[in-house]
Amino acid sequence: MSWYKRITKGIKTSTKEKKGTPEGLWYKCPSCKKITPSNEHADGMYVCPHCDYHERIGSAEYFKIIFDNNEYAELNPNLSAGDPLNFEDTKKYTDRLADSQKKTELKDAIRTVAGKVDGNDLVVACMDFNFIGGSMGSVVGEKISRAIDFCLKYNIPLMIISKSGGARMMEAAYSLMQMAKTSAKLTLLAEARIPYISLLTDPTTGGVTASFAMLGDLNIGEPESLIAFAGPRVVKETIGKDLPKGFQRAEFVLEHGFLDKIIHRKDLKIKLSQLLVMFKN
Amino acid sequence: MTYLDFEKPIAELIEQQEKMKQAAAKSGVDISKTLQELDEKIVEQRTKVYKNLTPWQRVQASRHPERPYTLAYIEAITEGNFMELHGDRTVKDDKAMVGGFGSVNGQTVMFIGQQKGTNTKTRQYRNFGMPNPEGYRKALRLMKLAEKFNKPVVTFIDTPGAYPGLEAEERGQGEAIARNLFEMAKLRVPIICIIIGEGASGGALGIGVGDRVLMLENTWYSVISPESCSSILWRSWDFKEKAAIGLKLTADDMMGQKLIDGIIREPIGGAHTSPAEMFSIVKTEILSHIAELKQMKPDERIKQRIDKFCSMGVVVED
Ligand SMILES: [Zn+2]
Repeated sequence: MSWYKRITKGIKTSTKEKKGTPEGLWYKCPSCKKITPSNEHADGMYVCPHCDYHERIGSAEYFKIIFDNNEYAELNPNLSAGDPLNFEDTKKYTDRLADSQKKTELKDAIRTVAGKVDGNDLVVACMDFNFIGGSMGSVVGEKISRAIDFCLKYNIPLMIISKSGGARMMEAAYSLMQMAKTSAKLTLLAEARIPYISLLTDPTTGGVTASFAMLGDLNIGEPESLIAFAGPRVVKETIGKDLPKGFQRAEFVLEHGFLDKIIHRKDLKIKLSQLLVMFKN
Repeated sequence: MTYLDFEKPIAELIEQQEKMKQAAAKSGVDISKTLQELDEKIVEQRTKVYKNLTPWQRVQASRHPERPYTLAYIEAITEGNFMELHGDRTVKDDKAMVGGFGSVNGQTVMFIGQQKGTNTKTRQYRNFGMPNPEGYRKALRLMKLAEKFNKPVVTFIDTPGAYPGLEAEERGQGEAIARNLFEMAKLRVPIICIIIGEGASGGALGIGVGDRVLMLENTWYSVISPESCSSILWRSWDFKEKAAIGLKLTADDMMGQKLIDGIIREPIGGAHTSPAEMFSIVKTEILSHIAELKQMKPDERIKQRIDKFCSMGVVVED
């Protein structure tokens, strides 16, 4: 209990509560093309009521789904990316960062928080795809690393929600080494026998798949998420053939033995707290 | 001999020398002094060219068709005392990833590395040095074998990337690489990783988590190849030189970023001009690092290894 009191002192609810969805707007499902009132869609956890299509959502939405009363405390909220390589392609990396920060009101592509799921402690690291494609740079690696330190200190299970296009090219080899960093750090969590649940959501690809996302004690997928190392376009170019239907989707990945389960977003919280209890008792 | 564009001045001198030799053989005139002068000129030219390579030229040098590949290093370093071991015990034997026990001055070492081919046929056989998941799982199996019998591991990295094929995805390329990163971080024996050619992304890192990560002078290591980086960020293949500069992927750059532990100098004109000298330099490095790492207790070594990788990255905290 002590960690919770200490870090939530003064912070009762999320600081980044999304503004309520205004009434009168409509959501058009990209999968079945049917429309739903936007507020209904949001209340339904952004899952299409007609076809179960799971819309991509951000960390704020996941936290709201997972944590009791939407209460959680953010860990290391003040980390942002440096530009160690002075990287510039068609745009300066620093400009890209500033634009993304402004557009998303996020510091980088991941937020790490601690809270309770039906009364069970849980640390969640959740990626935000809207921030430069959820790409993994030094901040993602460092925040995961520090979240693991927190889990180790207070003996709390970890869940990482992956949603990423892979490495952040503008950080070049620094980005690559975040794969080694996060994986190495996870060995400490494993050694301490603290559960790590990896939730792979649409899309989880590249260096994220090839590191922490595939290293869960449990690997769980959201329905129909793209989960891949090489993206479908690259694979298609390589083999020069059309890809089979459902290729690299969560159901396909489960059939090939790399996911423990696929969990519908509406069942996420209840299944999660069930699992946390099972690990505990 | 194959010469890269920037090696033209060297090629011209060598050609000149060849012609003189032929002429001298015909006429019987003694030209040994001129030949010797030309030899010196060639060395001078090689030094000059290789000292001033741009990052993109460095990438080209790392792919030089005559550059020695993994098995050549292993055969030379072990003086033939190499026992290649095959298979991942699950799916198949990946020819793009080789490994086995070798003896170096009486010390048994587990050698592992990506293998490229030397002609059209063997290039295909080796899948251009692009391993499938079973390659990474074979590598891990061999590392575990080394751990069990307390033998140090040496990996040679030379790959344009993990193979992005359909079966590779079905069999979990991402999981295979991830598992290796995790297991290598806590392997109880010394691990030395040497980039001898191309160090492309996760496919390279998949056998690249070690106590010592060393790069040969004319190699590159990054998250993506300059060509792919150009095509993704600039949406064109024409910016590879610029991408090569921006990625800071040379050995010197990587050392400056503290992402590797050392640089191994190559013979003048690159590894391909004198493979035997290259092998001997690498052998000396391997032996000295093994000796150093053996001094440490496994727990101490693992802690240092994990701490090293965990310190990588640049963030701003306000
Ligand atoms: Zn729908």
